[in-house]
Amino acid sequence: MTDRLLIQGNEAVGWGALNADCRGFFGYPITPQNEIIEWFAREFPKRGRAFLQSASETGSINMVHGGALTGVRVMTSTSSPGWALMQEGMSNLANAELPCVIVLVQRGWNTTRHAQTDYTSVTQGGGYGGYKTIVLAPKSAQELYDFVQLAFYLADKYRNPVVVLSDAILGQMMEAVELRNPDFGPLPDKDWAITGKANHKDGNRRFSSIGQGMLPTPKHPNLCAFWGDYKNKIDTIKKKEVRYETYLLDDAELVLVAFGYVARVSLEALLAARNKGLKVGLIRPITLWPFPSETIRDKAKKGATFLVVEDNMGQMIEDVGVAVQGQAEIHLVNALDRHLPIEEGAIYPEKVLEKIEALIK
Amino acid sequence: MEKKWIAGTPRLWRDIPVIIPFCPGCQHGTAVKALCEVIDELGMEKNSVLVVGIGCYTMASILVDVDSAMIAHGRACDIASAMKRIVGKDTMVITWQGDGDALAIGCEPTIHAAARSEKITTFMINNGNYGTTGGQLAPTTPLGQVTTTTPFGRNQDQGYPIQAAEFIGSLKGVAYTARGAFTSPANYQKTKKYMKKALEKQRDGVGYSFVEILSTCPANWHMSPLDSLKRVEEEVIPLFPLGEFKDVDKIE
Ligand SMILES: Cc1ncc(C[n+]2csc(CCOP(=O)(O)OP(=O)(O)O)c2C)c(N)n1
Ligand code: SF4
Ligand SMILES: [Mg+2]
Repeated sequence: MTDRLLIQGNEAVGWGALNADCRGFFGYPITPQNEIIEWFAREFPKRGRAFLQSASETGSINMVHGGALTGVRVMTSTSSPGWALMQEGMSNLANAELPCVIVLVQRGWNTTRHAQTDYTSVTQGGGYGGYKTIVLAPKSAQELYDFVQLAFYLADKYRNPVVVLSDAILGQMMEAVELRNPDFGPLPDKDWAITGKANHKDGNRRFSSIGQGMLPTPKHPNLCAFWGDYKNKIDTIKKKEVRYETYLLDDAELVLVAFGYVARVSLEALLAARNKGLKVGLIRPITLWPFPSETIRDKAKKGATFLVVEDNMGQMIEDVGVAVQGQAEIHLVNALDRHLPIEEGAIYPEKVLEKIEALIK
Repeated sequence: MEKKWIAGTPRLWRDIPVIIPFCPGCQHGTAVKALCEVIDELGMEKNSVLVVGIGCYTMASILVDVDSAMIAHGRACDIASAMKRIVGKDTMVITWQGDGDALAIGCEPTIHAAARSEKITTFMINNGNYGTTGGQLAPTTPLGQVTTTTPFGRNQDQGYPIQAAEFIGSLKGVAYTARGAFTSPANYQKTKKYMKKALEKQRDGVGYSFVEILSTCPANWHMSPLDSLKRVEEEVIPLFPLGEFKDVDKIE
C-alpha cells in the first residue's frame, strides 16, 4: 500500500518532485507559493540535493538553467510577478532544449490571493522567439503531486520546459495525497549534459547554446534546420500530448469548459443542473497547451453551446473561440462573477448554475 | 577533420567552421589563448566546464576544447552556481564574461555568487565599453571617455566606474581577486598566474575567485591596435591598477 498524507497543495509539489528524483530546487520567496520553497529548504539539503535561494526570479530560472545543463532534474516555483521576470530565461531554456519544471502558483494579477490570470502568459510562451511549453493544470493536491512527476517526464521526453499551473486555492488547500509512483516509461540518455569531458563516453566536448542555429553544428547546419526541428517538436506535442477530462458530454446541449479549481466548481454546478434535468456537460482541459481543440470542435459541430468558466477577465475563452471556428455560441462566467468583488471572492457553483439556467431556458 | 596546427596556438584552441569575428588588435583572442593555456597547464581539460556570457567573447564558448555553454547575457554566475552545486567539487566551473555582462546586467548574480562563496571562478574581460553592440557606456567606462551613449564623454551625470576586483574582494565569501592586463609579455605571464591561482582556489574549495582582465577595443575606441595598448598602459591601468586584491586560503 502506498503512503497517504494530509498536506497542502504546495507541499504536494515537493513530495512529487522528490518522487520524480528531482535533484535541485532554486527559488525566490513570493506569496502564495512560499510553502514550496520552504519545503525544499527543509527537505532537500538533508537528502544531499541542491537547494538555493536566489536573489530574484531571474536568478531562479537561470539557476534552473545551470542545473538542467548538468542533466539532472531541476525545478523552480513562483507566483505571477516572479513568473513575468522568468520569461527571458524560459525562452533561453526552450531554445537550448533544456528540460525543467516550473510550478506557477498564480495570484490575482497583483493581489496576493487566488485567480487564474496567467493563462494567456503560460500558454502563449510569454518570452521571446515563439517557443511553446506544455502546461499542466491540476485541480487538487493529489494532481499537483502527480503532475509534477508527469511534468518531469514530459520535460525529459521533449527536452523542453514544462509548466505546472497552480493557484492560491490549490496551493493552500489541505487534501489527502497518495504518494504513488507512476512509471511513465523509458527515456533517452542525456548524452548532451555539460559535466566535463571526463564524464562522456566518447571523451569529446559537449556544447549547449541559447542561440541554436547561429553557429553551424552537425545536427543544425543552419538556422532553419534548427527552427524546422523545433517546429516538428511542437507539432508532435500537439498531436500526442493533449490531455483532458469530460463529464456527461454525449447528450450535452450546453458544455462547460473550465480548468484548475474552477473545474471543480463547474462540476458541482453541472451536477446540480443535471438534477434539474438540464443537459449540461463539461470539458476540463488538463493540458492548457496543447489545448483540447478537437474535442471542443466536435461538440461545436454537433450544435452545442459553450459556457467558459474562468477566474480572470476571459483568457481561455479565446482558445475556445479558435477551437469552435465560429460554429457555436460561446458565453463566459469570469472573475467579475465572483461572490464578492474583492480578493477573497471566488466563483461559486451557484453563479455558474444561474448562468446555465439562463442559457438553457 | 584533422586539426591544422599553427605555431603559438594552444593545444585546447579548437578549429572552428566559422571565421573568428574579433577585430584587429582586440585582445579577446589573447584572453582565450591564456585561458586555453591555463586549463592545459593545470591539467583541468577533462573536468572543466566553461559558462560563457554574451559579448564579443561569446565565441570562447566554441573555441576552447572543454565542455561549454553559451547562456543568457549577465546570468553566468547564477548558472555556474547551480552547476557547481550539482556536479560537485571535482569539476571546475568557470564563467567567461565581459564588464557589461558581469557588472551591469549581471551585477546581481556576480555579487551574490561572491557573497555565497560559490566555489566557482569568474574571468571578466574589461574593455571599458559594450563592444558587441557598438561601443556604449559600460559600468567600467572611465570619466571623459566618449562612447555612443556618452557622445560628449562620460561625466558625473553618468556616475563613476566600478573597480570590480577591489569591490568584489571586499566581500567575505571571496577567496581571491586580481586584475591583470595583456600590455606586455611580462603582464601576460602575470595575468596567467592570477588565472591559475583563481582556479586553484576553486579546486581547493576555498571560495569564489575573480580575475578582471583589462583589454582593448580598438574598433570602438577608434584607435589603432598600438594606440589602444598605449591607452591601456597610460589611462586605464592608473584607474584600474594591476595586482592581487584578496588572497586567502580559508574563509572563516
Ligand atoms: C538581455 C539582453 N540585453 C541586451 C543584449 C545585447 N547585448 C549583447 S552583448 C551586450 C554588451 C556586452 O558588453 P560586454 O559584456 O562588456 O562585452 P564586450 O562586447 O564589450 O566584450 C549587450 C548589451 C542581450 N544580448 N541580451
Ligand atoms: S568590437 Fe571591440 S571588443 Fe568586440 S571584437 Fe571588436 S575590438 Fe574586440
Ligand atoms: Mg565590454
